[in-house]
Amino acid sequence: MSGVPGWEVVIGLEIHVQLATRSKIFSGAANRFGEPPNSLACPVDLGLPGVLPVLNEAPVRMAVKFGLAVGAEICPRSNFDRKNYFYPDLPKGYQISQFEQPVVGAGRLQVRLDNGESLEVGIVRAHLEEDAGKSVHDAYEGETGVDLNRAGTPLLEVVTAPDLRTPEQASAFFRQMHGLVRYLGICDGDLSQGSMRCDVNVSVRPAGQEQLGERAEVKNLNSFRFVEKALHYEIDRQIERRQRGLPVERETRLYDSVQDETRPMRGKEQSDDYRYFPDPDLPPLVIDDAFINAVQDDMPELPWERRRRFLEEYSLGGSAVGSSVELTDRASLTVKELGKADRTINVPGDDRVDKTIAEYDADRLTRDPDIAAYFEAVVAAVRNAKPTVAGGRDQDGREATARQAKLAANWILGELARHLNQEGLGFAECKLPAAALGALIVRMEDQTISGKTAKTLFDALWEGAAAGADGPSAASGLADALKLVDGMIEARGLRQLSDSGELKALVAEVVAAHPQQAEQFRAGRDKVLGFFVGKVMAATGGKANPQQASTLLREALHAPS
Amino acid sequence: MSENDIKIDHLAKLAALRLSEDEQPGVLADLRRIIAMVDAMGAVDVSGVEPLAHPLDATLAVRPDQVTEEVDRRRYQAGAPAVRDGFYLVPRAVA
Amino acid sequence: MDPFPSLRQLTDGLARGEWSSAELTKAAVQRAERLGGPLNCFITLDEEKAMSAAERADRRLGTVCATPLTGVPLAHKDIFCMEGWRTTCASRMLADFVAPYTATAMAQLEDAGAVTLGKLNMDEFAMGSSTETSCFGPTANPWSLEHSPGGSSGGSAACVAAGITVAASGTDTGGSIRQPAGFCGLAGLKPTYGRVSRYGMIAFASSLDQGGVLARSAEDAALVLSYMAGFDPRDSTSSKHRDPWLEAVPHAGVGELEDGHLTIGLVKEFFADPPAGAPLIDAARRSLEELGLRCIELSLPHIAMAMPAYYVIAGAEASTNLARYDGVRFGHRCADPQSLADLYERSRSEGFGAEVKRRILTGTYALSAGYFDAYYVRAQKIRRLVAQDFAGAFAQADLLLAPTAPGVAFRRGQLMDDPIAMYRQDAYTIPVNLAGLPALSLPCGLQDGLPVGFQLIANHFDERRLLQTGAALQRATDWHELRPSLDWAEAA
Repeated sequence: MSGVPGWEVVIGLEIHVQLATRSKIFSGAANRFGEPPNSLACPVDLGLPGVLPVLNEAPVRMAVKFGLAVGAEICPRSNFDRKNYFYPDLPKGYQISQFEQPVVGAGRLQVRLDNGESLEVGIVRAHLEEDAGKSVHDAYEGETGVDLNRAGTPLLEVVTAPDLRTPEQASAFFRQMHGLVRYLGICDGDLSQGSMRCDVNVSVRPAGQEQLGERAEVKNLNSFRFVEKALHYEIDRQIERRQRGLPVERETRLYDSVQDETRPMRGKEQSDDYRYFPDPDLPPLVIDDAFINAVQDDMPELPWERRRRFLEEYSLGGSAVGSSVELTDRASLTVKELGKADRTINVPGDDRVDKTIAEYDADRLTRDPDIAAYFEAVVAAVRNAKPTVAGGRDQDGREATARQAKLAANWILGELARHLNQEGLGFAECKLPAAALGALIVRMEDQTISGKTAKTLFDALWEGAAAGADGPSAASGLADALKLVDGMIEARGLRQLSDSGELKALVAEVVAAHPQQAEQFRAGRDKVLGFFVGKVMAATGGKANPQQASTLLREALHAPS
Repeated sequence: MSENDIKIDHLAKLAALRLSEDEQPGVLADLRRIIAMVDAMGAVDVSGVEPLAHPLDATLAVRPDQVTEEVDRRRYQAGAPAVRDGFYLVPRAVA
Repeated sequence: MDPFPSLRQLTDGLARGEWSSAELTKAAVQRAERLGGPLNCFITLDEEKAMSAAERADRRLGTVCATPLTGVPLAHKDIFCMEGWRTTCASRMLADFVAPYTATAMAQLEDAGAVTLGKLNMDEFAMGSSTETSCFGPTANPWSLEHSPGGSSGGSAACVAAGITVAASGTDTGGSIRQPAGFCGLAGLKPTYGRVSRYGMIAFASSLDQGGVLARSAEDAALVLSYMAGFDPRDSTSSKHRDPWLEAVPHAGVGELEDGHLTIGLVKEFFADPPAGAPLIDAARRSLEELGLRCIELSLPHIAMAMPAYYVIAGAEASTNLARYDGVRFGHRCADPQSLADLYERSRSEGFGAEVKRRILTGTYALSAGYFDAYYVRAQKIRRLVAQDFAGAFAQADLLLAPTAPGVAFRRGQLMDDPIAMYRQDAYTIPVNLAGLPALSLPCGLQDGLPVGFQLIANHFDERRLLQTGAALQRATDWHELRPSLDWAEAA
């Protein structure tokens, strides 16, 4: 546990963001992942004798975009420096980086924590540099293979102030950064391919002590979970050493996710003397106001702006109670982990579902731009369905919008996220068109299907889409989607029992079959109603409207037998 | 800036050079002479002077983000000392 | 044919059909074979490649695609990468390196139809002033085999001075074109920094290196420069400065001295301790005055500090420019490396010669923690002071006149054991590189049978006045017509 009483933890992060450019930062070779070794390494990337770096404009634009998003000063004149050390994945024997004068100066980022609070984290600087290649240590006996495809990939290294105090805050910051760079369109955010890597600097000190403790750096963490786990381990290790009167060494460590521990980094027996100096091949980079203004004009909606808009546009106002309160106790969820959560509430169609977009949902919907876009597409599809269902500016319309939005949020963050997660897919790779989910919601809204059968319908849609069936995957327009959904409802007999006469007869049968329970209900045990609803739902194969069923049940149970 | 400041072993390590025992004294003596020559700079008043890194005080021109390089791995690796399956090989570097 | 023709004479003869490129190239190869042995100026001489280039040139001659360089055999310092050519930088490190691409400046010469005869000897990685640090052995001075041709472009100087080619490329980081030109009685042009692309020119010190040319006259040097120069998008330090005069040189030549009333500044500090051949340099000055130029004396107060600043900056840049030679992707690799550190240290220690190691260590020292400010930063500040000195001088004068080297060619081996004395060879040339200025070394007679050179220095991108003045002087004098006897060749 990191919350050891009497100790304060201080954490700062360095996050390396691979910029999604077409070509490399200093060469015209392609910036791609997953190609045969050294097939993307041109003479500049190989550091052949005589070659020279030429700066790609795109990484500069992206860095400025990031800088503006975090309210940072853009350095009008920045410099590229050489960081000198020998390693096989560093072809020139130096890395071109920015040491003295980074392109992005001090800024700040508001982090949404899982407890609903916000934390402002200072950004000290962000600078451009080139990535190194990759070493393959286990393929050849006694030898390391070097692949320089990654060499020269543009990186934006973001350095935070030591403003973080817990592993959870650290991973929340990393996640916030992950969302931000994807909103900005400057990084694909693919953590499994190392598109973002986090180095954590952590130290502990006795509570109340001014001076920082000696820090250790844990390098190359590429998941939110690893950031947390590595920090937990490292904090415990440091506190334990301090408690035993042992010093904490200033060193670089690596996290072993299999053993769940950090270990001192070996192999790079390098001196820390990197001999930084201005790269004589690259004169200073001058960024003028016109360039900055052009980037500013090109700014997309930022995650916190979208979050605010979602709350305003889709909420009846204020932070909703219920779901958000209950959910705040959960462990933090990654985008891909969302579906794994035990979503006891938020079951689609459940009557207890809150009708508005709560802060918690807004956080999750806007964390990932693909989720947000998917959500908006679903809501738009539902709105376009027909005037009676569509939301609007008047009170009824706004309520309808909020209700539909909540339904959409629940489906997206619940079932859909769970299915995607099972397949290891992101929202961008989701084969189920938003219109199809929209059509499903339309049919829930107009009482054609019940919440239970909606679930069956969803599974059918998902499987159809996954199988690439003509129907679901092609139903991109709402009209097509409704046609498809309606067809599936009929074909599978999912239509809700709306004939109250039929249902009434069924209710009477159920009540008659369980006299004991009926007696209990009449004696005041209201909870027994749920038992009867369940029986009715079972008897109808889920096609009854649970609300209607409970009304009829109450009537039947209270009626004199 | 005294002569004794030259830690030849450290410098050699930073520069990834190995000096034989025969070589080292001569190299060290030469370095001392060179550093002594260079130490004359200490006499110049440089207060308020901006360093000049690029002779023309030029600024950087950037290139458009386009893929312009066709990589011909076979040609680039033709003279490589040790290659297998497209990888450059080095003695095992423990990570 | 004159055994020492000018480039223009070759061009005219080619144009008139008096000789073919194949004939010129064959003759150059034979001359290289006859004289190249004692001189040791070629690292690589490739008759087959040269002859096939000559044949291509002959097909081009007489068409509208021909240029004044089409069919002219040239040779290049072995620091320029040329696709398919071994490019060694005279280092064991690159003894077997075949470049997979061509340096921009070389590509431009070949595109113009110039025939490449071979690659020329030099000091290892251009570090030296005598062409004795080459792993392929030293080059001799055609005026006297016992003497050094200077360096680092000594192979280029020997090649042109011996009449093997009319011009050769070189590079100048601290005097490596001008000093050998001076020692061998040639015109040596170091252009403005950024004028000639450095792409494909193996780096020694990036902020100082500049490609240029050695020829027998200012006129010929200008012609070759006009094809080497130009903005290169592959070199971020290459200048976009356009020079209509230089672009017109191929058809119009350098032209008459456009402004006859130029002022020449004599750098007081350079003549305080009279260099060898001072009377000859003075004669050159008088000749310039006879052409209508006015001479004034002026001062560059920080010039004495240029040499220490230079050796810090050049060493610092070299120490990291040469970090890529690690035995992994190309170049020399030690046998049977036991570990990564062993691979690096042995490959580099075997691959680099003593002078290269000295420079790397000097530079590493200057950049290392605790010394950076006192050495590197201070040197860069002095560099600005030197540049400001020049700026002040050019407010008073159009051109500066200075000796090229402290003396005439020294005996081979004479300075090899004294690095500082060797470094002093560049005392007059180094300040120009620190400031990125263009300079032209020209011959002004013989002392003890060996050529004496002096240099004219111009403001940034003012190669026009530099070369027009040089050409005007050479039209009025005949120092550049002096030839080495080459009696050693007959004896051989």
